[in-house]
Amino acid sequence: MVGARSVEADVSGGRRGGRIAKRICLRVTLPTAVLAVAFSVSSHAQERMAPAKGGLEAKLEYCKTCHGLQGQGYLGYFPMPRLAGQQPEYIEAQLRAFIERRRSNPIMRNVAHVLSPSMVTALAQHFHNLNPPPFGGAPRGSIAAGKKIYEEGLPESNVPACSACHGAEGKGQNEIPRLAGQLYPYMVGQLSGWKQERGQGTAVDTSAIMAPTAHNMTRSQIEAVAAYVSYLR
Amino acid sequence: MKRIGLRIAILAMVASVVSTISAWAGESAAVRNCTWCHGAGAQGYTVAPRLAGQRPQYIMSQIRSFHEHTRDNPFSKQYMWGAVAALGPNTARDLANYFASIPPRPANDGDASLASRGRTIYMEGIPEANIVSCYACHGPDAEGIRDIPRLGGLAYFYVKARLEQWGQGYHSTPGSPMPMVATHLGPEEIEALTSYLSFVK
Repeated sequence: MVGARSVEADVSGGRRGGRIAKRICLRVTLPTAVLAVAFSVSSHAQERMAPAKGGLEAKLEYCKTCHGLQGQGYLGYFPMPRLAGQQPEYIEAQLRAFIERRRSNPIMRNVAHVLSPSMVTALAQHFHNLNPPPFGGAPRGSIAAGKKIYEEGLPESNVPACSACHGAEGKGQNEIPRLAGQLYPYMVGQLSGWKQERGQGTAVDTSAIMAPTAHNMTRSQIEAVAAYVSYLR
Repeated sequence: MKRIGLRIAILAMVASVVSTISAWAGESAAVRNCTWCHGAGAQGYTVAPRLAGQRPQYIMSQIRSFHEHTRDNPFSKQYMWGAVAALGPNTARDLANYFASIPPRPANDGDASLASRGRTIYMEGIPEANIVSCYACHGPDAEGIRDIPRLGGLAYFYVKARLEQWGQGYHSTPGSPMPMVATHLGPEEIEALTSYLSFVK
């Protein structure tokens, strides 16, 4: 099987297989190689058919490749936010924001572009119903300070209490996002770079209040709040 | 200012030579065991991938997955399971750091006419076909991060075989999204992606 596999790769890869593989290739009879290629093509075709059958299933798998197998978020080169438990209206509003370039993100713009409205509704509902434990990993030193900011705001800096809109448990409501369990680096990235990330929108995703709020927070205050909400269940 | 810069540069050179020598002195037998297959400069040779410039955390995670037999494709089984069997965690870490410190050279062995198509798939994926963007995890220059591997410049043959193996049901690191990524990739997309990656510096 090992031999057959290397032959198969070499035949379909043409000249690039390298000397060793080429030598193996010459030793094996041609019919075997042809059979191996035929088998590989047909198994590929089958595998590609399977997820394409149910449009929603395949699309969910696609989303979860980056956003975590249970929607709990994932750390790639960029932090991919948690979608599990997220408010459906928020997800829909953000997908619209990517398409309309109110929220700058080269990857998500392409992703959102091909989704039909009914697909968006189905995806948003599916993720809303997931409830995996938080991704974790945030520094724990400033959780208490973060809790205080989350619940009381920073009156001296014109920062309202986060809980006023996002809820006491960080679950969000309607188009206001759930923050509970959100990835720490994602939260820090969004709050510290609000203007570049998403300052482009106004009324539609109701993020207008967040621009001055994020602006008025220091880096360490942002980190404290991000750490606190990242552990909320 | 210039003199300070020069001094720092000399210090850095001395430090790197010293650390290279000490790494070789301490690990020469272990390093040699790797480079027999992975090439004298660790730039890869036929089926053995380039280790030079690879993310140290990735090298360590793969050594672990060979050790625990979770990475189970034929070449891994045949060569790597045995190769890492006697490696302790400290040696594994030293090897990973040593190979990560060697500047990588691109294999340049893909089909150049497919590179631009490959780059588009790498950056954007094919959302209509549920093919995800590689860029999201592996970075703009395919340089990798943490335990996510550098792909830029890896040999055409190696990356192609890996992508095909995931599609065929072989495993890798537990929890890796790669099997899911690969099942959506067809032969043409794999061809284009791996061609592109072989040229990335």
